[in-house]
Amino acid sequence: MSPPSGPEKQYLDKLAAGRFEIQRCGACGKHVFYPRVLCPHCGSDRLDWVAPSGRGTVYSSTIVRRKPADGGDYNIVLVDLEEGVRLLSRVAGIAPEQVRIGMEVRARIADNLVEFTPA
Amino acid sequence: MRGTVAIAGVGLAGCGEAPGWSEIEIAAAAAKDALADAGMTARDVDGLVIASTNIFMSGLALAEHMGIRPKFTESTMVGGSSFVGHLIPAALALNAGLCDVILVAYGSNQRTGVGRAEAGKYKMALDPQVFEHPYKPFNPPTSYALAAARHMHQYGTKREQLAEVAVAARKWAQLNPEAFAREPLTIEDVLKSRMVCDPLTVRDCCLVTDGGGAYVLTRADRAKAAPKKPAYLLGAGSAHWHRQISSMPDLTVTAATESGKRAFDMARVRPKDVDVVELYDAFTINTLLFLEDLGFCKKGEGGAFVSGGRIAPGGELPVNTNGGGLSCVHPGMYGIFLLVEAVRQLRGEAGARQVKGAQVALAHGNGGVLSSQITALLGTEETL
Repeated sequence: MSPPSGPEKQYLDKLAAGRFEIQRCGACGKHVFYPRVLCPHCGSDRLDWVAPSGRGTVYSSTIVRRKPADGGDYNIVLVDLEEGVRLLSRVAGIAPEQVRIGMEVRARIADNLVEFTPA
Repeated sequence: MRGTVAIAGVGLAGCGEAPGWSEIEIAAAAAKDALADAGMTARDVDGLVIASTNIFMSGLALAEHMGIRPKFTESTMVGGSSFVGHLIPAALALNAGLCDVILVAYGSNQRTGVGRAEAGKYKMALDPQVFEHPYKPFNPPTSYALAAARHMHQYGTKREQLAEVAVAARKWAQLNPEAFAREPLTIEDVLKSRMVCDPLTVRDCCLVTDGGGAYVLTRADRAKAAPKKPAYLLGAGSAHWHRQISSMPDLTVTAATESGKRAFDMARVRPKDVDVVELYDAFTINTLLFLEDLGFCKKGEGGAFVSGGRIAPGGELPVNTNGGGLSCVHPGMYGIFLLVEAVRQLRGEAGARQVKGAQVALAHGNGGVLSSQITALLGTEETL
């Protein structure tokens, strides 16, 4: 195991340094998220880090209902990135009710997490 | 494997609320009930199967508690579907002659047990899902809500149609004296209930109860000598494609498409041959997805299929005849209760909710967040 840490820690370290990167398989060419040791499509371990475009589309969306005293409602989304991978995340900057399936969104980093804003 | 093994006994314990009872005690009480039903005692058991969300090395714990020295122990844990899935290795072990009588048991004090919130925090710390947990999904409802929202978007499924599932389950529960939630429930009640994760209200979500269940599996010859009519295993199939909802390829298609095909092929029956259907209804969307994926209706037509009381008592297809996880019992993992109800229906023991002349029953287990899918088909002697 040559790298100093596994792909999960490498990903989180990059995020902490302000870089959102996903994996791309050197064998089959497919993008991979979340970061793994082996490509889930072809089994190769030739996974390289690449910066995605950051453009994505909301695949599904829900609102977690929470009492106002506990912080109020918030949204959870699944976003499909242009590169063909899916992430669980949130859409920031708009009310949870305004998030729609099919909405175009753009990635950004906030508090060491990838979140999205309307494109 | 078809017809070689059968369930000879089933039992329940502590369903609803069982304050003051530990999980292993509830499992043992259900086991005693199932063994008595099979005309046996713990002395007859030489194979032991259990799964638990909490008990470390649960197979050792139950064996020790019951004084069993098993030749075969199995504790595969794939969530709530586990106990349906256990049929497969158990049947293999019986057919290989590794043992003769296998007890499968489960117990949970999820509703009344102390320290559950604390335990949840420890579990998260031991098994951090770093690509989902930081966004605070309220799981499992959040993951199932994402599937429901996508199904509604893609196929025009309505909240009223999801509510039909909850109402049908409640009507069955009203015929089952052992069911936990039996008060009347209308579609409007479901829609107006407290929203948990859009589009799912609290009435689209399963109960949170205590409870345990057990079954005894033996080779067909031995089952025939037992006091009750055997429920033969006609077919079983298992499939899973993801663990976390963010890794599910298409939120409107579950691995039940595969597990169901495997089970139906082995059983040499088709959906139209099934008399009674027990589906893992942790959420109302599950029932729609599984009716579609198991071939009872076309993809996307689940909502229309369940409308007008079609799966309720008196409808065309009896689904979740005990009241399901939505209205009968759901102690965290519901799988074993699917089989208990299927066996009772095949024996003709289901009282007011009995499906007349039931010969073939389907039990479909779900685990994780629409993750593990395991289908079993059981039949009476006439179906062999």
